Amino acid sequence: MDYINAFWVGGLICALVQILLDRTKLMPGRIMVLLVCTGAVLGALKIYQPFQDFAGAGASVPLAGFGNLLWKGVKEAVDKEGFIGIFLGGFKASAAGISAALVFGYLAALIFSPKMKK
Amino acid sequence: MDKQKQQQAYENYVKQKTPVHNLPLNMAKAFVTGGAVCLLGQCILNFCKSQGLDKDISGGWTSILLILLSVLLTGFNIYPGIAKWGGAGALVPITGFANSVASPAIEYQKEGQVMGIGCKIFTIAGPVILYGIFTSWVLGLGYWILKISNIL
Repeated sequence: MDYINAFWVGGLICALVQILLDRTKLMPGRIMVLLVCTGAVLGALKIYQPFQDFAGAGASVPLAGFGNLLWKGVKEAVDKEGFIGIFLGGFKASAAGISAALVFGYLAALIFSPKMKK
Repeated sequence: MDKQKQQQAYENYVKQKTPVHNLPLNMAKAFVTGGAVCLLGQCILNFCKSQGLDKDISGGWTSILLILLSVLLTGFNIYPGIAKWGGAGALVPITGFANSVASPAIEYQKEGQVMGIGCKIFTIAGPVILYGIFTSWVLGLGYWILKISNIL
């Protein structure tokens, strides 16, 4: 069942963003920023986590899930360490994703050469 | 009169050449592509959980493996095709983020290690990380204030 939920919820988020992409002049970079910020705000409003408990990877794999992860990290760090946690939590929680993207991205730049666009 | 005709002809030409968005079709493609990526994520997540890893670590593995896959597809020049077909379905999942990191890094390697790869790798990742961290920082500050004033 969780496979079905992940598929249709994740697909639905992408289909909704497709409307933004086609109907407005928003560029992909802005849409990504928008998604991450939306995810963080929905996380703080305690909306995103129940949603993610239902949809699993359908909610955590889209970039809004990345925003929720940032918020979760900050909240947990504030609970644990107080004020300094505001500065610690975000990067701590997102470390795996950011490090992986940067490290693999850099290695790819060393290994692959640019291809001509078709 | 002649000028008007010319303009008309030009307008028709522009109309003809501008790609027409078939929104329902594009949405369906985005749905299938994005759904498939999330489904793959769920498979990794469930596999990690079945190996006895906790929820957060499983989530971390899911991100790392999806990112690795996306970077490889970007390197072999397969991801642009997926993105062209899937639209937002290839942009919204974390694989789109990984693609936006790897793709300029590969593209600008000729401009050098620092000004080429080093700067361009953050072309899209930079804003995403900046605004993500900033938003969560502001929310965290609000949470901390509510917490010390015993509202939460």
